[in-house]
Amino acid sequence: MSETTTSLEAGGGVGGLTVDRLAGLLRAAEAIVIPIGAVVVSAAIFSLFLLALGKSPVTFFDLLWRGGYGSAFSWQNTLVRTAPLIFTALCVAVPARLGLVIIGGEGALVLGGFAAAVVALPLLGHAPPWVVMPAMFLAAMLAGSVWIAIVGALRHHRGVNETIASLLMFYIAVAILNFFVEGALRSPVDPNKPSTTPIGPTNMVGEIPGLGVHWGLAFGVVLAILCHVLMTRTTFGFAARVAGGNVRAARAQGLPVGRLIVISCALAGASAGIAGYFEVAAILGKANASLAAGYGFTGILVSFLARHNPLAIPPVAVLFGGLAAAGGLIQRRMGLPDATVQVLQGLIFVVILISETLYGRFAIFDREAKR
Amino acid sequence: MSDDPFFTVAVAMFAGAIRVSTPFLFVSLGECLTEKSGRINLGLEGTLVFGAMSAYAISYLSGSPWLGVAAAGCSGAVFGALHGFICKLPKVNDIAIGIALMLFGSGLAFFFGKSFIQPTAPRLSAIDFGFLTSNPQMKVALQINPLFFVGLVAALALWWALRNTRFGLVVRMTGDSAATARAMGTSVDLVRFLATTIGGFSAGIGGAFLSLYYPGSWNEGLSSGQGLMAVALVIFSRWNPIACVAAALLFGAAGALGPALQSVGISQGYHFFNAAPHILTLAIMIASTSPKRSLKGAPGELSITK
Repeated sequence: MSETTTSLEAGGGVGGLTVDRLAGLLRAAEAIVIPIGAVVVSAAIFSLFLLALGKSPVTFFDLLWRGGYGSAFSWQNTLVRTAPLIFTALCVAVPARLGLVIIGGEGALVLGGFAAAVVALPLLGHAPPWVVMPAMFLAAMLAGSVWIAIVGALRHHRGVNETIASLLMFYIAVAILNFFVEGALRSPVDPNKPSTTPIGPTNMVGEIPGLGVHWGLAFGVVLAILCHVLMTRTTFGFAARVAGGNVRAARAQGLPVGRLIVISCALAGASAGIAGYFEVAAILGKANASLAAGYGFTGILVSFLARHNPLAIPPVAVLFGGLAAAGGLIQRRMGLPDATVQVLQGLIFVVILISETLYGRFAIFDREAKR
Repeated sequence: MSDDPFFTVAVAMFAGAIRVSTPFLFVSLGECLTEKSGRINLGLEGTLVFGAMSAYAISYLSGSPWLGVAAAGCSGAVFGALHGFICKLPKVNDIAIGIALMLFGSGLAFFFGKSFIQPTAPRLSAIDFGFLTSNPQMKVALQINPLFFVGLVAALALWWALRNTRFGLVVRMTGDSAATARAMGTSVDLVRFLATTIGGFSAGIGGAFLSLYYPGSWNEGLSSGQGLMAVALVIFSRWNPIACVAAALLFGAAGALGPALQSVGISQGYHFFNAAPHILTLAIMIASTSPKRSLKGAPGELSITK
């Protein structure tokens, strides 16, 4: 708090500008303190839950720390899971600025990964990696963006609720994937698990030197920063925020609301599609049912916890990447079901939404009260 | 006659319409009441899954499937009450809370349900109407679960109550205009809390049907979005409980398409046939909504139609 006190003293007599900056700082502090408090409260409730089951919360959080962040190996595990979460969270955060709640990012991820694997098929063995890799990347981006843009277009032109539509389209995306992977595009290479033909080691995405994590992570961080710039520093972002705040006002100003919705959804879908690309090109090496691993759904939670702020998404994604990475260890050592992580995630989600009611309730974050 | 594949598929879809529609019916009736009061609960998917798990677990532990149904209803009511309670806090979005409870409910169900995947619990038995026909396929199709009839009666009762009783009037008023309700001295939060709780109870019973009758076992892939499709179904039914029955039967028939075609040896593209209810829901939503006018019968306070 010392920093804010000095700026208060410095800006006390100068006038509006500094006081406004102080108000901004206090708002930012509020947006950090309340979510952290909500996570702490969730952890406390979850501890009671574990105690009621006769398990030790201390062991749980110790294992969570060790499995997620305790060693270089666990960090590597965490960051590999962080990368797709950043992309899928952006898929929620960008349309959220327009007031849309898209929860079908998993579908765009699945189709993105599938499109990447399919585009690679005719090129394998004929084209060098510098052709195959961009082709896969673009195909994934395109598939994802078309998938979610459909949701946005339906919302705008037909008034179809985007939340329900996007989730329904997730089930349809999985049906498309399974239809081809278990049928026409099934590779004879792996008889146990139906998959497409592996893309081969030369077309795989490499690791960031010294980190042991694929380049998707760096890409995700850059994309989050780009989304932030887009939303706060461009006319597109400004128009989107106006339309998200008040559609009628935006229409009265002549803003192309429909185009804003569809473009935002296309960007969101492209992001989730990229997640699918990296899952195929850096982890799985082929497309199969493992693509639907739940990153799209955890991404919803990441975006809500980050309050749909692109810059806050990477750190929050690290938190949930760690939780996912430690899941296996917790399951083995404590004899808890694998859904334990899901229970904790759901709990955090509920508490985070409840904490929304606290904004503006604390005098300490209120500029007027300070003065 | 009975060797005719078209007849086989038609009978299987008729049987399926009745069998598969029951969970849709219970969830949509619950959601119908909730939405009539002006709130939307997208968390019913989680409620459905948790209801299925608790019904199976209680049936296994107690040996009585009907006790399982009661347990599913009560656990559903708890989830509904949680949703109703949280939504009354200021600045809390009912759609977002629904998504959170969807994930939380399924998470809890998978957590506690882990140990009940293996054992076989006593299931609900059907009422046999097979005496009505001599056709063997129809005889199987006419084994109907009593919960289906409970659902029909509940739909009629809800339809009648919404139109003709004080309770129905209060719920509709709260859903159409919270300001009017307040002016009349009605507690908006209380009405919506109760409507959401009863809605959750109904959705829980729908879950019990899934695990105790059809498909009749508990596993983590039991529900594939039925709870959420039921929400869309309510919009399609224009918030009319009687129309909910018809819509649920339609969805049931669509859901039975995949298994019916497989039974006559058509397995090509069965993934798509299994996704038929999802595709149908999306198509119906596209066909039946409009961005220009508000929907007939829509509660005025409902965030999803604004």
